[in-house]
Amino acid sequence: MGVYILDDKCVGCSACLKSCPFGAIEVKDKRAGLLNNCSGCGACADSCKFGAIVVEDNRQAEIDLRQYKDVWVIAEHNEGRLRSVTLELLGEGRKLADKLHQDLCALLLGEEIGDMANELICHGAKKVYIAQEPRLAHYQTGPYTDIISNLITTYKPNIVLIGATNQGRDLASRIAARVHTGLTADCTELDINEDGLLAQTRPAFGGNIMATILCPYHRPQMATVRPKVFKPAPRDTSCVGEILPVDSCLNGKCLLCDLLEVIKEAGQGVNLEEAEIVVAGGRGLGKPENLNLIKELAEALGGAVGASRAIVDAGWAPAIHQVGQTGKTVQPKIYIACGISGAVQHLAGMQSADTIIAINKDPDAPIFKVAHYGIVGDLLEILPALTRRLKQTAV
Amino acid sequence: MNIIVCIKQVPDTTDVKIHPETNTLIRDGVKSIVNPFDANALEAALQLKEAVGGKVTAITMGPSQAIDILREAVAMGIDDAVLLSDRAFAGADTLATAYTLAMGIRKIGDYDLIIGGKQAIDGDTAQVGPGIAEQLGIPQVTYAKHMKMDDGMLLVERMLEDGYEVIKTALPVLVTVVKQINEPRYPSLRGLLAAKKKEITVWNAADIGADEKRTGLAGSPTRVVSIFTPQRNTKAVMLEGEPEKAVETLAEVITKLNI
Ligand SMILES: Cc1cc2nc3c(=O)[nH]c(=O)nc-3n(C[C@H](O)[C@H](O)[C@H](O)COP(=O)(O)OP(=O)(O)OC[C@H]3O[C@@H](n4cnc5c(N)ncnc54)[C@H](O)[C@@H]3O)c2cc1C
Ligand SMILES: Cc1cc2nc3c(=O)[nH]c(=O)nc-3n(C[C@H](O)[C@H](O)[C@H](O)COP(=O)(O)OP(=O)(O)OC[C@H]3O[C@@H](n4cnc5c(N)ncnc54)[C@H](O)[C@@H]3O)c2cc1C
Repeated sequence: MGVYILDDKCVGCSACLKSCPFGAIEVKDKRAGLLNNCSGCGACADSCKFGAIVVEDNRQAEIDLRQYKDVWVIAEHNEGRLRSVTLELLGEGRKLADKLHQDLCALLLGEEIGDMANELICHGAKKVYIAQEPRLAHYQTGPYTDIISNLITTYKPNIVLIGATNQGRDLASRIAARVHTGLTADCTELDINEDGLLAQTRPAFGGNIMATILCPYHRPQMATVRPKVFKPAPRDTSCVGEILPVDSCLNGKCLLCDLLEVIKEAGQGVNLEEAEIVVAGGRGLGKPENLNLIKELAEALGGAVGASRAIVDAGWAPAIHQVGQTGKTVQPKIYIACGISGAVQHLAGMQSADTIIAINKDPDAPIFKVAHYGIVGDLLEILPALTRRLKQTAV
Repeated sequence: MNIIVCIKQVPDTTDVKIHPETNTLIRDGVKSIVNPFDANALEAALQLKEAVGGKVTAITMGPSQAIDILREAVAMGIDDAVLLSDRAFAGADTLATAYTLAMGIRKIGDYDLIIGGKQAIDGDTAQVGPGIAEQLGIPQVTYAKHMKMDDGMLLVERMLEDGYEVIKTALPVLVTVVKQINEPRYPSLRGLLAAKKKEITVWNAADIGADEKRTGLAGSPTRVVSIFTPQRNTKAVMLEGEPEKAVETLAEVITKLNI
């Protein structure tokens, strides 16, 4: 098992260099060689036209893959409403299910969730497996993992999609380890390849590279999917589907922590990660009070407030507003960056916004490299004028 | 209280730049560092030890050069360090990584708390922590922004998208931390000296009794089939002219986009 380069076949063309996420291939004296930071991931396998790279991979399926059918979406909800990522999963899940000629199903756990089960059907789920229990009212790793893992073992889905939220990432990785299958994190693109496998594409290295990942020999194929990437499934009240109550009994062995309290502290009442418009401020605001300029514009647009790490660290904005590699990843329709220089760690959290607008007084600020629209100028002047102008349009 | 901290060596992605013409990663001169969230995990462990006493052990799985980050951890003040290193561990996805680390942790034995980072800044999956907890059969609390011992139980604030949860759990438990939890300390001079001399345990697959079918590429259900760099937009439309005019144009653009 491992990656080898066959010296007699290598022509030193360097085509493989690009394929390595670790920069672990070196071409010296017209021969490629592996450096000691090679992780053996095999990403270089297909890059060599001369067959000089051998990825010895004698893995094979130990289960009958044909038994596994259907695309499952694990529904996430908050205060009695489905999270928008769930509808997005149904939208994308529908396409995958159609390509595979399989059914789209949803899993819903909670308490008093009957209405949401119907909503899932209106958004395309053919079957909704539903587990109702007071102890499921709030998400908890232990019981949710037990119930969903049992369902997976019983019904054998082909694909399981989960939102890449704090809840979804916590749950998905635990389930994948329990049912012993692969899990691709934070996908931004999904497709069915020519072999009928789920091709999962995701950013890594803080958004600097994209990787496409398969799970060839294990089932289900599991992926967490970044919110705000896919279009939500349209609502259609004429859709029909079945609601199937499932065993929700929690056995005594279930690993339970005590959930004492859930505290909400969302500023502006808009969830940053789900907002369609984000107005974000950076050190260019000059002083903490000027965050109000950001808040006012966000309010005028019905958007959420984002912040660079610089102003979070300075205490001008609470940490839950931080966008970037060590903050939140957002993918709104419009991202307005005000007085933010555009450090790569900030870009990691917002560069896939549909439209990026940058306001910065420095014409060479790196933020303009990713922006679709830019204004070079003083935000103290521009923001109030823009807010005023947009409020006029609103009336 | 015995605490084990999982730390990973990562390239400093801050330094990673994209070559403007070839559109590939430039890695020359990119340093290897302790995953930033794992530095927070080390700090959290040291603070708990200072509060209630005990021992802190750091563990990493990686190639032989990963020993550098263990020395950094020793310099910060931890007591013991273990490197899991074997050709058979190469190419591991998160399932195989979690299995290997869990086997290493079992071999260390007596533990009350395992702390890791929220995610690694290269792989970015946030999957290894929960994977370890599952293999060890212990509960997990992810995205911790605050924790303390309270009457033999661990009290944790777990970050949510729009707030946080307060969770009380018995030990042993696995916790992953976000950067808001603390400010990692700098190594002391004494620590740096200690780190140089410290004997670091190195275990291979046989030492930890790992089944080679479950480690490395062999034990990994996922397979990376291609890598590419995302296309970045490089041509912004600059709205020029007097501020009033630029604002007017921008307002029109926003109104149009926001329908
Ligand atoms: C491991 C690591 C993780 C990190 N994670 C994150 C993260 O998650 N998120 C994040 O944001 N950062 C992160 N950073 C920090 C990042 O590298 C930058 O330091 C930070 O993003 C800079 O914030 P800024 O753009 O607000 O400040 P600056 O870089 O100081 O930029 C301020 C900008 O404002 C402009 N300006 C000044 N005055 C005005 C004015 N009156 N009108 C208009 N423009 C003006 C300036 O021209 C400048 O471009 C991380 C760093 C590290 C090392
Ligand atoms: C481009 C690319 C994409 C990838 N995508 C996936 C994917 O989608 N799914 C998948 O299963 N694998 C994936 N992998 C493989 C994955 O990066 C490795 O398995 C890696 O060893 C662990 O994952 P991570 O870096 O995401 O760690 P995370 O799960 O993000 O790390 C969380 C915490 O676990 C601990 N930890 C992680 N690794 C170690 C270690 N080696 N030693 C000690 N502690 C550690 C640390 O405390 C860390 O803070 C990918 C690899 C590449 C190169």
